[in-house]
Amino acid sequence: MSEASTPAISLKGVTKRFPGVVANDAITLDFFSGEIHALLGENGAGKSTLIGLLAGMQQPDEGSFELFGRPARILSPRDSLDRGIGTVFQHVLLVPSLSVLENLMLGGSWWRPLGREGALRTFGELAAMLGVTIDPDAPVGRLELGQQQQVEIIRALWRDAKVLILDEPTSMLTPQGVEDLGRVMRRLKEGGVAVIFITHKLREAYAFGDRISVLRLGRLVGAVPPERLERMSELEVTDEVIRLMFGQDKSYGDMAETLLGRGHRGRLNPVNRSGRPLLELVDVSTAAEMGECALKSLSLALWPGEVVGIAGVDGNGQKHLAEVLAGQRPVASGRMLIEEVDVTTEGVGARRRRGLSYITDERLGEGTVSSMSVATNLVLKEVGRPPLWRSGVTLWERIHESAREQIVRHDIRTPSERTPLGRLSGGNIQKVLLARELGEAMRIAVFNKPTYGLDLQNTNLARQRIRESAARGMATLVISTELDELFELADRIAVMFQGRLVGIVENSGEDEERIGRMMTGAAA
Amino acid sequence: MEALLTSTFLTALLYGVVTAGLPLLLAGLGEQISEKAGVLNIGIEGMMLAGAYAGFAVALGAHSLWLGFMAGALAGAAVASLMALFCIRYGMNQIVIGIALTLGAEGLTALLHHFQFARTRPSLGKAPDFSIPLLSDIPVLGSALFTHNPVVYLGVALVPALAWLFKHSAVGLNLQAAGDKPGALDASGVSVTMTRTGAVLATGAFAGLGGAYMSEVGAGLFVPFMTGGAGFIGIVLAMLARGRPLWVLYGALLFGVSLALTTALQIGGFNIPTDVVQMLPFFMVMLVLVIFARHSVLPPALGLPYVRGER
Amino acid sequence: MSAEGLPAAVLRVGLPILLAFAAGALILLALGKNPLDYYAFVFRRGLLSWAGLQETITRSAPLLLIAAGLIVAFRAGIWNLGVDGQFLLAAVVCAAVAPWLIGFLPRWLTLVSSLIVAALVGASWSLVPALLKARYGVNEIITTLMMSFLGISLANVLIKAAFWDPATTVPQTRTLPVASRLPRLFDTTIHFGIVIAVVAILFVHFVMTRTAFGLKLRIVGANPHAAVHAGLPMAPLTFATFALSAALIGMGGAIEILGVHGTVRADWNPAYGLLVIPLVFLARFNGLGSIVFVLFFAALQIGGESAARRLDVPHYYVLLLVSLVLLFLAIVEYLDQQSSRRRVAA
Repeated sequence: MSEASTPAISLKGVTKRFPGVVANDAITLDFFSGEIHALLGENGAGKSTLIGLLAGMQQPDEGSFELFGRPARILSPRDSLDRGIGTVFQHVLLVPSLSVLENLMLGGSWWRPLGREGALRTFGELAAMLGVTIDPDAPVGRLELGQQQQVEIIRALWRDAKVLILDEPTSMLTPQGVEDLGRVMRRLKEGGVAVIFITHKLREAYAFGDRISVLRLGRLVGAVPPERLERMSELEVTDEVIRLMFGQDKSYGDMAETLLGRGHRGRLNPVNRSGRPLLELVDVSTAAEMGECALKSLSLALWPGEVVGIAGVDGNGQKHLAEVLAGQRPVASGRMLIEEVDVTTEGVGARRRRGLSYITDERLGEGTVSSMSVATNLVLKEVGRPPLWRSGVTLWERIHESAREQIVRHDIRTPSERTPLGRLSGGNIQKVLLARELGEAMRIAVFNKPTYGLDLQNTNLARQRIRESAARGMATLVISTELDELFELADRIAVMFQGRLVGIVENSGEDEERIGRMMTGAAA
Repeated sequence: MEALLTSTFLTALLYGVVTAGLPLLLAGLGEQISEKAGVLNIGIEGMMLAGAYAGFAVALGAHSLWLGFMAGALAGAAVASLMALFCIRYGMNQIVIGIALTLGAEGLTALLHHFQFARTRPSLGKAPDFSIPLLSDIPVLGSALFTHNPVVYLGVALVPALAWLFKHSAVGLNLQAAGDKPGALDASGVSVTMTRTGAVLATGAFAGLGGAYMSEVGAGLFVPFMTGGAGFIGIVLAMLARGRPLWVLYGALLFGVSLALTTALQIGGFNIPTDVVQMLPFFMVMLVLVIFARHSVLPPALGLPYVRGER
Repeated sequence: MSAEGLPAAVLRVGLPILLAFAAGALILLALGKNPLDYYAFVFRRGLLSWAGLQETITRSAPLLLIAAGLIVAFRAGIWNLGVDGQFLLAAVVCAAVAPWLIGFLPRWLTLVSSLIVAALVGASWSLVPALLKARYGVNEIITTLMMSFLGISLANVLIKAAFWDPATTVPQTRTLPVASRLPRLFDTTIHFGIVIAVVAILFVHFVMTRTAFGLKLRIVGANPHAAVHAGLPMAPLTFATFALSAALIGMGGAIEILGVHGTVRADWNPAYGLLVIPLVFLARFNGLGSIVFVLFFAALQIGGESAARRLDVPHYYVLLLVSLVLLFLAIVEYLDQQSSRRRVAA
């Protein structure tokens, strides 16, 4: 592909440790100009840490970098940018209150007045090169996530980047958007940019990468160079990657399936929908707030034992839907019924007592109090209720005792029930949440991105819990931006777009294209 | 009541409004810079007091008001540098450190005053005014508004200057990003720490200058605790102005009117309790808040330390 | 409460205090005073002499009630910076009500009802900030500060316009006779207010650590989003927090009047607010810890006031000392975090 030139970036034995983990373990890796290098690995494999090092957010504990053959240290984000490395982070890092152009001009020389004309010219050139159309004066907060990402790519290229790093860029895109992104990456590659494409999806790595490197548990476990990759079929690559990741160990079969997004698709349980629905939303709308997508007369029904998946690009009203169901957000109009009882005005506690639980995607943001103990977090939604409280007085002994029991039952890895929750790993925090939300008395469960940010093992565990609760007869709603996840879990898949339900289809496991179209707002 | 309407009285009153309002204006503008960048600077009262003391002491010793003003601004910035060190560098709670700095400045300046000035009670003469040609000849208003110490003109000029800076300069963008989404600023290659430190130091200098004006021009002497909550009023002005310098000016005038009226009524020997007049601006601010209360639009990252890599 | 042992906690707080005293000593030296003499005098006067100790304990009473009020608010993440207004207004109304009530009520009933009135006045002064916070999310730092300034002025207006004792030339309220004030404890000069204050802060400590209400407030304070997620009634909790906090502070104002002064003069403002906030922080919002710090601070104040007369070191020095303690606490805490991070990483 590229003449056997010096790599744009070389990593030489780079190691980065955090308290308790080695996030990057002696990684030696080259990235070449004019090549899309897919960096593949599950969550927690150390991809983001590596990006942080290249972007100057952190410094390695050991090892060194070479840029175009010369040793270099990347001490700060500024340093990284100055050396021609542009980074698009997984989470949007733009100032919502500033316009597109203002965001792009951030970081200019402070003593010079803002050069609007020059900036507009650069913006025009880059937008044309990428083939995107965005209003440069629109406030970023008003743009869709896909457009925000395009702005981030433009920013990353703003100062003549020779290396472009994209951290999980497909997570907030429609299938169509992913195609567009692929086109953009190929254009950049043709322009001689070294593109580093980080993903946890094998299919995307194969589709876009000229070269694939595989990370696992902080180590580089193998790579497929372009010479070989060109000649291999998707199936062969899949086998190779699985062999690299898991060795000969067959017990990782589940995880491999999850990695591929190929759990058996199309669950299609025989759900009996002739009876009355357990949960019903009728024409529900919510009030819009700055930067949020509200619901617009949304109706939906769930029957016992069924799993309904909500597909859609992030930011299309999923958050409001989950919060309305949980009782955390008032509706502007419409009704909500549980077993035909109107519960529209009931709060979180009352609905919980009717058996409705909500497993939020913001595990640390709202799901838990990280400074409080595991035990307290396990009872966070029961505060003040017997038997753990007697006339308002906390019975700490009982709370700790019951916590110890749950820690054992749900295999929560924690030094003690009194350990502050924030010290636990993401997977264990999710276990605490699931333990709290999926108690015996629960009959309806709302999951918001249940496997977001989890590694393969914990992803499988969480999906297992969802299947179990459905098998127990719970009505389950799973909101996810990962279509594969919904194909694996759901009986029916509904698609959200701009606060509406565009349509709902039986999950046969084969409607990817149709659902993808619906995610852009096209009718079913 | 007739005395109220004489032109000399009006002139004196308006003159007093400007004199009383200027320190508040400087404090409010200064605080606005910090708040824009995401730092709630509760220590501003201490910065003003440090400026008031240093300004007076240097002006007295060096026989130069200007050296005094510079010393005041520097002293304010010096106190602010502690704020920057503890809150921005070390990520400590901004309210605690702010209160600690205010208490420390109160204690230290009062001590220094005790040992230096308490016995001799020195004071500066009336600070010279600078009359703006032509404008100062306007009847009533001329000598009330356009015959002041140059610091006054500087302070008023800062209003449009800051408005321009916030909207049309790289510094303005950086400040807003530091307060709204520090991670975005960091990703753009601008140090959040440096941006916020600069903002806090500017706040200190503004507040210090305001304090120096109080002691050098307003009172002509230094008294312990003489700022009397002006810094806290500055915080409130900045919060209410929501990033718009012009609104700080309006607020400073409102409080300036009440302070000047208090003095004028005392001198005039009127029988209205001055406390009632003092209450008015606070009352009006609360009234405005109650009537127009909406979700306050403060920078989302206000008061939060920025740690790279944490969200 | 905390996972660390008592020795570590004592060290973590003791070290900053020692450092602050050392730094303060340098300042005293620079001012030409002998720091050892000064410190020795302050402690002998504030803690080690019987008269001084009684004064210290008496001074602690209102400070403890303020501390109790602040713990409630700060634990719930509400920055009640309006202490002075709540304190003073409650004190003035109490000073107006008590001499009037004593005319037709027995002493104990007068005292109890005056305390209740003061608590209500304090609570009412937090109503507007509570409403604005609960309904519209208006930052309480602005509103409580505003209400504080407003309250201080209003207190003076009330004294001059409504409660001015006609028998005095300087504006002040009527005076509650010494015999009708809070009873003294045994043979001391310490009044019963200290008992009220200690009970109050112990009660707050119990509520915060051992009740559902306290846990709810702490959840709101630690992560308001989690509180919404858990379905806690945010608006009622906000009102309750403000009201309880300001009521306790108001009671602080009342016992200062009912126990010590018997009257309020115009322009009297001890400005305890800014002083107690650091103490509560030093104790990390812990009620028991606050008792220790308040006593310590009161001793410094009493000793410092005495030293001002004897050694010509103004009592403002105590302000400087408190400030230094806080700054050194911040430094020690920062270094501690750094070293523990290094220990984990190594």
